[in-house]
Parts: sequence; structure tokens; C-alpha cells
Amino acid sequence: MSNDLVEVKNLKEYFPISTGFLRTTPLKAVDDVSFTIGRGETLGLVGESGCGKSTVGRTILHLYKPTAGQVIFDGKLVGPDTIKEYRRRAQIVFQDPYSSLNPRLTVADIVGEPLDVNKLYKTRKERSERVLELLNTVGISSEQMTRYAHEFSGGQRQRIGIARALASRPEFIVCDEPVSALDVSIQAQVINMFEDLQSQFGLSYLFIAHDLSVVKHISNRIAVMYLGHIVEIAEANELYHHAVHPYTVSLLSAVPVPDPERARASQRIVLEGDVPSPLHMPSGCPFRTRCSRATGTCADSCPQLKEVAPGHMAACHNL
Amino acid sequence: MAMLEVKDLHTSFFTPAGEVKAVNGISFDLDSGKVLGIVGESGSGKSVTAYSILQILSHPGRIISGSIKFKGKELVGAGEEELHKIRGNKISIIFQDPMTSLNPVYTIGNQLTEAILLHTDRNKEQANARAVEMLELVGINEPEKRLRQYPYELSGGMRQRVMIAMALACEPDILIADEPTTALDVTIQAQILELMQDLQKKLGMAIIMITHDLGVIASLCDEVIVMYAGSVCERGTADEIFYHPAHEYTKGLMRSIPSIDDDEHERLVPITGTPIDLLNMPSGCPFAPRCDRAMKVCLTGRAKEVRVGSDHLSACWMNVKDGAERGVIQTDDDGNITAIDLEGNLDGTAEGGKAQ
Amino acid sequence: MENKTIKKNPLSFQIDPNLFQQATDEEKAQIVTQRESVSFMRDAMRRLVHNKMAMICLVILVVITLIAIIVPMIYPYTYTQQDVTGKYLKPFEYSAKEQARINAGQEVFPHIMGTDNLGRDYAIRVIYGTRISLMVGFISALIVVFIGILYGAISGYFGGKVDLIMMRIVDIIYSLPDVLIVILLSVAIKDVISTSKSDLIVRLGAGMISIFIVFGLLYWVGMARQVRGQILSIKEQEYVLASKAAGASAMHIILKHMIPNCISVIIITAAMQIPSAIFTESFLSFVGMGVSIPMPSLGSLASDARSGLVSYPYMLLFPALTIFLIVLSFNLLGNGLRDAFDPKLRS
Repeated sequence: MSNDLVEVKNLKEYFPISTGFLRTTPLKAVDDVSFTIGRGETLGLVGESGCGKSTVGRTILHLYKPTAGQVIFDGKLVGPDTIKEYRRRAQIVFQDPYSSLNPRLTVADIVGEPLDVNKLYKTRKERSERVLELLNTVGISSEQMTRYAHEFSGGQRQRIGIARALASRPEFIVCDEPVSALDVSIQAQVINMFEDLQSQFGLSYLFIAHDLSVVKHISNRIAVMYLGHIVEIAEANELYHHAVHPYTVSLLSAVPVPDPERARASQRIVLEGDVPSPLHMPSGCPFRTRCSRATGTCADSCPQLKEVAPGHMAACHNL
Repeated sequence: MAMLEVKDLHTSFFTPAGEVKAVNGISFDLDSGKVLGIVGESGSGKSVTAYSILQILSHPGRIISGSIKFKGKELVGAGEEELHKIRGNKISIIFQDPMTSLNPVYTIGNQLTEAILLHTDRNKEQANARAVEMLELVGINEPEKRLRQYPYELSGGMRQRVMIAMALACEPDILIADEPTTALDVTIQAQILELMQDLQKKLGMAIIMITHDLGVIASLCDEVIVMYAGSVCERGTADEIFYHPAHEYTKGLMRSIPSIDDDEHERLVPITGTPIDLLNMPSGCPFAPRCDRAMKVCLTGRAKEVRVGSDHLSACWMNVKDGAERGVIQTDDDGNITAIDLEGNLDGTAEGGKAQ
Repeated sequence: MENKTIKKNPLSFQIDPNLFQQATDEEKAQIVTQRESVSFMRDAMRRLVHNKMAMICLVILVVITLIAIIVPMIYPYTYTQQDVTGKYLKPFEYSAKEQARINAGQEVFPHIMGTDNLGRDYAIRVIYGTRISLMVGFISALIVVFIGILYGAISGYFGGKVDLIMMRIVDIIYSLPDVLIVILLSVAIKDVISTSKSDLIVRLGAGMISIFIVFGLLYWVGMARQVRGQILSIKEQEYVLASKAAGASAMHIILKHMIPNCISVIIITAAMQIPSAIFTESFLSFVGMGVSIPMPSLGSLASDARSGLVSYPYMLLFPALTIFLIVLSFNLLGNGLRDAFDPKLRS
């Protein structure tokens, strides 16, 4: 058996956008994306808003039906006959701790929902014991289990969301910007919790975020997305020190460092212009409209990922 | 005399559940041409402070007490007409969300010239020319064409540029930027920060930068105020705050952010617990329930702001304790603490706590 | 900022070492108070109770409803009972016959609102009319709630083409003139009804039945639109996706996540529906399309009072005032409910 838990092959997700009466244009949110995630590994996925990183996470879980491509989980292709088991073994934690918990349910019912749906208990007692255990794992006290979601702070809500994801004892969790909406001091609590849970349960993560410092901290490998494509993928420190794709380079230089002296000294590579609309994708390389090194070939064909160092791949014509 | 003097400002929101003390006695001065950063988490009162200065608080918020003086003129209790002359003219503000701060039914040009016509005696043509000039200044190409466009036709970064153009059109003395880059992507954020830095150098206005992002503070600000639950924890020059944080909250904040340079995987040190409920404000230090080093005195009373460095004040009992143990506390004749020489760089005749 | 000379004088500052001891976790925890737990419903109810106007309206409505239910059971007159000697009596006047009985030492219950052109007690007729109006209001609200939720939920949940077609049907129904439909239906239904032997149907009459049918056919569209809109926005909420990721079925998601989060919209729309139904019924009865004689309705009472308006103005006043009170109270209560349930006002 291969060491990869999740294998994504040529995944595509196009959304039909209505552009007139009964006429639609495909919005290519994710366009031909492939990667693998090993057992117990964290793959970071970074990119700017609208680059399709959240869509990748949701499409992998088949929350959106993929337009094309395959997801292979634990050696088995995810399809109609494996989806039920896959739903139990692969879970998701969302960004918004406010919209991700049903305001009409108590915490116990929110965390217990995956147990109900998958019928993972025999008696009511077994259910409440499991719910207690889960809440305990994420640091919510038992007397709070009859409270409603809106009574908790953002960080606590995110813990509840994590407890829900853990309920069906998954092996793989898609973390869709799980700390972006949290305050700095709370972020660290949640990041540490993700790390603890990973070592405790041997979880694999797809960790989606736009904050490069957070992604670098938590990930083993990082994939950088731009306009539905993965432009560079490498081991975390390798990517940080030896980024080769011009987009990754500018992204890294744009991160504001909490250090006044370095901020004064640093030369930011400020990218010109805005991200093009995914409805009107540029021909060839998607990044060429903002790239300082773009040449004629960049407009002709879309570069494929190629290995630039062991385990380090990038998609650029100028390498 | 500083251009803007805020003294003991208290602002509360009177909700059905009770009084929320959003700003609980903050004071600061802003000199012309300086960039002041106010950093804090959600609920720290940083935005409410800004809204209080302009008195654009939404119901049920109200300034309870305190004084806000702009060039010596008192703004608290000033008439609507007087405030009108100052808002958008002498002090302007840009908001976090560039999507909602522009009116979608008017063109960019319409909104921009309106702001100019309102506050200056330019005629329509001159205002138009000024609008074009402003758009050029904030780095928008083809300004004439943009003036005829509607907000939805522009991207988020572009809209924030328009907002900045609008805010600066009347050459204000102070620009308040309320989380101006939070809703933007990293690369666009870099563009806007760069732009603000350039414009500040070119036009020389003072900026109050409100953000939760320490990285943004570090790249832009001369002075920093750290807020927690409506109160000032610590203030000083950016270098002092980043390199010699004195307040336990600031220290905790610095420890809890992952560093992008850290190649060895070091575990983060989070601040435990959750933020205080602003409806039930304790009499002691609001950070005490989350503070690892909290002492009995922290739970009963608030520490006064005391000078701990040459341009550095902190309101933390831990500084008092450290100072007492090391015997570096300076007092006046009445025995009141005036400074604590934590770094060994205060001379004996230094002036007392600026904020008192 | 006085410029006192400052001395480096560690000894002059004496601190109480006890105060500078590390605080225990318990001591720290004491400061953090947790607010009392409240469910959404209870929170909304509490806000509603604090709304004085809404509460006054609620009390008025409860009193009116209780009168409409209880009084006919114990009242000495019925709405059909005629007394030819006592036509057009003023309030608290007695007919010749009754006067004779009083003189004979018998007790006679007064005509609180007088009598009508056939000598029927007016008070009981107004109360019966109120009964009809309230019944129309509540039953039509029930019909609207039932059809509206079902239709709206299906349309919103499945979306796409299903939604497109279902919402076009709603648009068509929305554009039909309801008064015209009532008139057509009551004509058509009359033939069917006249053959029916059911007591209730006969007593209510063709007009009333057609009103119900029309409400059932037409008025649910508003509710359906509201529910659909709500479902569409709930569908985007991440807790629905989370439920889907856990493997939940469509039925589970609709029942457990969507409908409970629509409750406020449903309550508000239903509360606003009732007065408009009552108003429509009164209007139809006023033009003679509602209940059949001798059953009174507030609308028909008002219509009858028109003929003697100059001589007996109070006969118009009583039914008109009742309609006014009911409709106004429901509207204000509906506003109160909206304020109490609207999540945007939640702090």
C-alpha cells in the first residue's frame, strides 16, 4: 500500500455562471490540480481570495461534484459506492466560526450530529459519553454542552467545529482557513490544538489559509495556488528559502513582518495590478498579466509543473 | 501642543443587555506628520476610539466623558455644524471594507467630486480636475475613464485606492485608517501599505493606523498603542514595543504569532482563555484572567501607566513588581511612582508619565 | 504634568508583598462571569415581552378571541333570534315586549349595542362577526403556513431548474387579481355547495368556502417566497455543508437545519398574513361576496349599517371599530414579532 492517504488527480471544478438568458459560461475555479497527501502529513494550500483554494478543499470532499478528475482515498477511488465510508473518514473544519454552527442547536447536538447521521452509537448514554469525550478533547467543559453556539467566543466556536469534525474518528481533515477569522492570541491556541490532535490521532490535514506565516508554521509541504492552478509545491522550508515561481516570490515578500527594523530594510516586490477575473482567464500562463518576467511563450501555452529540486515542483516557462 | 489630544475618553454602547464599555479611559496625543498605530484584538475598542474622534458612533454608542481636542478646539460636545467642517476635511477616515464604503449607485467621479465640492470653494470644473489629480496620486491609471465608472466595476484594491483618494482630496491633517488592508489579499495589502507610506511622505499628514496585524504596524508606524478591552496596555515607539515589550499582554501577543523565519518547528505559546466580557468589566486589570503571571493585586486594581523606557509607557503591575525587586523605581516627593527603569536607560531627572 | 524633581529612591516605595503573590486560577476564574444560557426562542420571547406596544396588542387580541369563543355560549340571545317589537333599539333600550316582562318583575338582559332592523340583538351579531373574522384569519394563516413552507423549502433547497419553474408559477399566481378569483369561484362553488348536506358547509355558505379556497390557492405565495429566500441563504451557511460532509441526507438537512432557522420568518409572515386575510374577508362580505345570510360577519354588518347610517350611526361604529382593533393589533404584534425575531437586531 502506498504511503499516500489522499491522491488528487487532475481535479477540475467549473461552475456555470449565467451570462445571459439561458446562457452560461464556465468559471474555472479549479483547473487541473493534482497532488498527494501522506499519512500524518499536513499539506498547506495558500493563495489569494478567489484562487480556488477553498473550492479544492470542498471538491476533494465531494461537497461539490467534481467536473473532472479523481480523488483516491486510502487506495480506493471515491465514487458512489465508497462515498458513505469516505464521508466518515474525511472531514472539514470551516473558516467562519459564526456561520459554521447552527444557532438553533445546543453544542451537544452540534457535536453529536455526525454520530447521529452515521449511527455511530447504540444507546443514548453511549452518545452523550462520546460527545463529552470530544468536547473534553477540544477543551470545552461539560457544563457548557447545553449552551447554544452564539454564547461562545470565536475561538471556542472553532473548537466546537473541530470537535464536530473529530466525531466520526476521521483520518483526514480539510482545514478551510480555520484560524483566519480568529484573533491573534486565539489563533495560537487553535494552531497548537491542530498539532496536538495530529500527533494524538495520526491525522492528515489539507490546511488552507492565506496567511503564509501560519501555513509555514503548521505544514510539512506547501502548495501555492493562483487562479485555479497550482504554481509551486515544495517542502515548507524549501519553499520559503528557495521559491522559484515569480508569484511565490512576490507573495513571500509581501508578507508584513512584525519587526520594524526588517520592515524598514526589506524590499517588497510589489505586484502590479489585480488578479484577473476567473471568467476572463488570460491565455497561456494565468500569472503572465502581473509577471515582470513574462515573455511571448507565456501567452501561448500554460506551463506544467516540473521538478526543479527533489520534491520541489514549479510551473513557469522561465525556469 | 499636540495636534490631536485625547484625554480620558470613555465610550459606551447601551445595549438591552447592559452597558458595554467599549473604550474605558484612553488618552493619547498625536503630533502632526506622525504615524500612530493602534493595535488590538476584536473588542479592544480600537475602532470605537476612531469613531469617537469623528463622533460617527452608531446607535446605541455614546461618548460618556473625556475630551478630544483638535488643534486646541474641543470636539466632545461640539455642534454638528462644527464637526461637519472637520469630518472629511481636517480629519478623514477610510474603512475596512472597500466594498461597502462606496455608494453603488453613483459613479466614482460623482462621489469624489462631491467630497471636494463640500469642503472647498472649488467650482465643478476645478473639482473634477482635482479628482483626476487625486486618482493619479493614488496610482490609478486612466483616471478620466475611472471617474465615469461605478464602484462594482473596480476591484477591491482599486476601491480602497479610491477611498484613500477621497479621504485625501481635501488635504486633511489626520487620516484615520480603520483596518484598511484587512479585507485585502496579501499582494494587494502590500500595494496599499506602500501607497500609504508614499503619500504620508509626500503630503505629510498624520495617520492613525488601526489594525490587529502587528506586521502592518511594524511596516508603517512611528508610535504604537496596544489596547486590550477598552484600555491602553502599553504605548511607545514601534521599536520599543516590538523589541522591549513591557506589558504581559504585549509579550503574550508577540509570543503567539508564528514567525515566518522560524525553520525549526517551535511550538507557539498562546495566550490562554478567552477575551473578557465587556458587559462585566472587572475592577482589576482586564487581562488578568488570561495572564499567566497575574498577581492578587492585578485582580483588584488597575496599574497606572508608568514610564518604563525613554518613549515607552506601560500599565502593568508586573513592571511595578520587577522594578521594586530590582530597586529601579523612581518616585516623586509624594511617593507616587513616576517611572520604572527596566532597561537602565532612564536618567534620574526624566519627566514623569506623559499620560497622567 | 507638574515638573517635580524625581529621585531614584527605591526605599521610599514600600509594597505589600502579599498583593504581589501569584494569583491562583480560581481567583482568576472568579472574575470571569459567564452569562446565563438563553436559547434563541427564549431570547426572542424576552424581547417581545419587553415590547409594551406588542404586549398590549396581544392582550387585546386574546381578550377579543376569548369573547368571541365564550360569550356566544352563555349569552341569552342568538344571532338569529328576532323580536319584531324591538327594531332599531338604541343601546340599553328595551322593546315593548321586554318592557312588559320587566314590569312583571322578570329580569331581562339588556341589548348592549341595541338591535338591528329585524330586532336581533346587535351585540351578539358583532361577536359572531368577530368569530367569523378571526376564524378566517387563523385558518387562512394555517393554509398559508402549510403550503408556503412546503413549496418554499422544496424550491429553495433543490434550486436550479426546479427553483426556476416553481418560482415562475409563484409569479403567475402573484399576478392574478384575487377579488376577481373570489367572485368567479364563489359562483362556481355555489352549485357544488348547494348539493352538500354538511352542516358546517351549509352554515358557512358558498362565499365563505370560496374565500378559504382562494386564500389556500393564492395567499401562500408570499410565504413561499419568504421561506425560499431564507432557505437560499441558509443553504450557503457552512453548518449545512458540515452536515453534508458528515453524510446527512437532504431530509435531515431540511428538517434539522433549514426549517428551524426559518421559524422567525414564518412566524412574522404568518402574523402579518392574518390581518390581511381578515381585511379581505370583511371587504368581500361588505360587497356581498362573503358569508351568507343570516350568518353575520363584520363586513356584512358594516354593509347593512350603511342604510341607516344617518339615524343609527353606532351600528356602523361597532363592527368598524372591531375590525380596526383586530387588524391594528395584529399588525403591531407582527411588528413586535419581527423586532424580536430579526437576528440583525441581536447584539
